[in-house]
Amino acid sequence: MARAAVSRRLNWQLATVVRTIDETDEAKSIILRCPDWSGHLAGQHIDIRLTAEDGYQSQRSYSISSAPDEPLTITVVRLEDGEVSPFLTEELRTGDEIEIRGPIGGYFVWTEHSGGPLALIGGGSGVAPLRAIFRHHKVTGSDVPIRLLYSSRSWNDVLFRAELEGSPDVRFALTREWPDDWPGHRGRIDRDFLEHEAFTSRERPLVYVCGPTAFVEAMSDSLVALGHAPERIKTERFGPTGTS
Amino acid sequence: MDALDGNAIAGQLLELFGVEMTTAVGVCAGCSTRAELAETLVYIGGPGTVMRCRGCTAVLAVFVTVRGLTCVDLRGLSAITS
Repeated sequence: MARAAVSRRLNWQLATVVRTIDETDEAKSIILRCPDWSGHLAGQHIDIRLTAEDGYQSQRSYSISSAPDEPLTITVVRLEDGEVSPFLTEELRTGDEIEIRGPIGGYFVWTEHSGGPLALIGGGSGVAPLRAIFRHHKVTGSDVPIRLLYSSRSWNDVLFRAELEGSPDVRFALTREWPDDWPGHRGRIDRDFLEHEAFTSRERPLVYVCGPTAFVEAMSDSLVALGHAPERIKTERFGPTGTS
Repeated sequence: MDALDGNAIAGQLLELFGVEMTTAVGVCAGCSTRAELAETLVYIGGPGTVMRCRGCTAVLAVFVTVRGLTCVDLRGLSAITS
């Protein structure tokens, strides 16, 4: 990151798609190779810019879902009326080039020195930057206690399922549908679930919450009501609208 | 329209200011609330990007880009420290 800290002119670069991975019916992870990439921190994002033949441009931010030492990866969920996500999930092929810039962001970032205990709370595709943090924690062999609470519509919508399923540090909540024998939480993550699964306020966890705005507001309100210090809660909200 | 937060415009802020700005602390000129820019209310998708104070919802900053030129209006910030 030394280079990134010195020169921070944010330039658009061409990245090549190395591989795509189907995460769910509607989501893909896209592994990118960027010759001039300066490396990233867990929790950062990139901007992607698409240009149509007539010159019309559309730009979106996507969280990096891979750990710092892994190939640059974003995970994209297709939005029905989206302008960029349908292209990224349906049209983009190995070998294609897209314009990216980054890494971006310094607030929603976790490094080995940030400490913990570490509570990661994600709603839907908000799990992407948390997965980068979760993997970074594993890769670095951190002894900081960690817990990932992941809220999803259904089991079929769970991203990184093979990787997260079975981890003793992960708790799933399914909000719309669940199998009859579902052993996890049913319904939205509520105060009671947070109280039992996300460390107590006395343990002073460092909490990262990422998801749609309504999810983040509900989580942070509940956490504060449970006595967690607001300055220990980091939030990142996303919505369907980008800057174009 | 749901408000996002300053993380959503981290790229735009970095482009405009030349340094990472989401961890910069802004002070609201209206109510004196101090907050990292990542934590402010941000509305995008309109003709411009509007940043508001999470404490009193007053407008802190407006960014409007027309034909490649960006107008940066920091009227509601009494200070920014990065």
